Amino acid sequence: MNLLRLQRTMARAVMQPLTPSEHMSKRAQNGEAMSRYAARFIKPNDRLTSFERLEIYNRQYWWRLMSSLAEDFPGLQAILGNRRFESLCKAYLTDRPSRSFTLRNLGRDLESWLRRNPRWAGSKQAIVLDMVRLEWADIEAFDGAAREALRPADVRKSGGSNLRLRLQPYLRLLKFHYPVDALVLEIKRFNDDTEFLSNAFRERKKRKRVTAVAKLKPKTIFLAVHRIDDSVYFRRLEAAEYDLLSAIQKGKTLGQAVSGVFGKPSRNSGADPAQVTGWFRNWSDLGWFCALQRNRRQNARRS
Amino acid sequence: MERSLPANRFNGFTNYGIGIGLRSPHYHHILTRKPVVDWFEIISENFMIDGGRPLHVLDQILEQYRVVQHGVSMYFGSADRIDREHLRRLKELVKRTNTPWVSDHLCWGSVDGRYTHDLLPMPYTFEAAEKTARKICEVRDFLEVPVAVENVSSYAEFHVSEMTEWEFLNEVVERADCGILLDVNNIYVSSQNHSFDPFEYVNSVPAERVAQIHIAGHSKYEKYILDTHDHPVIDPVWKLYDRAIQRAGHTATLLEWDDSIPTFREVHNEALKANRFLAKSVLARAV
Repeated sequence: MNLLRLQRTMARAVMQPLTPSEHMSKRAQNGEAMSRYAARFIKPNDRLTSFERLEIYNRQYWWRLMSSLAEDFPGLQAILGNRRFESLCKAYLTDRPSRSFTLRNLGRDLESWLRRNPRWAGSKQAIVLDMVRLEWADIEAFDGAAREALRPADVRKSGGSNLRLRLQPYLRLLKFHYPVDALVLEIKRFNDDTEFLSNAFRERKKRKRVTAVAKLKPKTIFLAVHRIDDSVYFRRLEAAEYDLLSAIQKGKTLGQAVSGVFGKPSRNSGADPAQVTGWFRNWSDLGWFCALQRNRRQNARRS
Repeated sequence: MERSLPANRFNGFTNYGIGIGLRSPHYHHILTRKPVVDWFEIISENFMIDGGRPLHVLDQILEQYRVVQHGVSMYFGSADRIDREHLRRLKELVKRTNTPWVSDHLCWGSVDGRYTHDLLPMPYTFEAAEKTARKICEVRDFLEVPVAVENVSSYAEFHVSEMTEWEFLNEVVERADCGILLDVNNIYVSSQNHSFDPFEYVNSVPAERVAQIHIAGHSKYEKYILDTHDHPVIDPVWKLYDRAIQRAGHTATLLEWDDSIPTFREVHNEALKANRFLAKSVLARAV
């Protein structure tokens, strides 16, 4: 058995889902008895069979990856409950094994996978998708790149409708059908508060959290997931704020962004100039603008 | 007595002393108290990112301390090609830290682009040795820093193996002309799991290639030992360390503690126990 064949043979077994009692499956993917499959390439010793030796790696694989997803998606776990969350993760990892060298990216495809496999979220599809998007945005905002922020004065000075502003790469703008930010904050508080508490007290607090999930009613919200001093924050936005920022993020000039949002009859009609100015001041105070780019055609005409 | 100089071409001719792994529960203590520590080892993958707190902390650490990079997912032994994106990010980090050497494991963990995120054992064959050595050379040439490979703990052995683990290690490092990160805890764990004499392993390693030594704790189960890095170092591992130091000299030593992490002081004190053996080795050199 050459190197590649051995590694494929072992990886197939290691990545095969565990049984409900968290043991290695008795059957390999090809239908062969797993004990025979393992014995073909792994030596037994005086204490462990080939099956048992392979099982150590099989269990470690699943425990490691499942705990990584649980760490990254506590909100999803809270919505689905432990058992359904585990089933979903198992199905996801079986369908989409990790293709990145880092566990950080393990949940990268979870949203798109859930859209194609809605049965794993059941009747909670909308809130589940919202939560997965928010928790992935949280990860990206935590370690995304940051460029040098423009000072508020720089933004004011370089006004003009042809100005193109750039938003920080770590900033994520999201629209949700449920106020999932409140639930994530509740979970974070729970985890911080209960770090040193007894099990009984933790259980009581956990029941309160489950009630909070059950009470979550649909409500459209707009959110910026951003970073200040290395900590991730959620900031609720008004619909027009979200639309304006999204237009800027897509590369529109200020003029295009403003007329796109306020120029036609929509949910945003009726701009209040003082309010819009205030938004820009807030965004630049938060360091969300990072580099100025003049409209290229405009620059060319001037040169 | 057989003994080589600890500062060698595989650790950038440095003599670093005793370090510990940089772990997030200790960030606050390190940044506020600024304890005296010879050096920190970082897990490269935790910092191969674009921004945020990890890199900010790392930059502050770099202002005060010496840092060496240790990787967990290069998978020198995988039949797959090297992931170029991984290498590119690793090189960026090398430039940031100025690490005198980089290390990763003599193992595999991915196949056909699918990652297990585990350190899986190698089949000890000449084919595997040749392919692994070629990859180590490719990584070293790209990164332009010395590379040291670490022996892993294992729980399985393969029918196809043509040599012992230490013979395989020697075969690989000679072919690649690279250094060794000798993990004496891993040698102990594997010796218990596969019933071999761990001293035979330590005595067989080319001492002049040892760039660094790892020590750690582990967990004992009924039928096997698991490399968990969540306990203090046990006496039999210290004895192996003593022997390794006798052979390799006063080598850069690092304590790994990755789970159930105690206070910074406890981890550092555990690491500093290595001084007992290092002092002996210095004394032996003097006489």
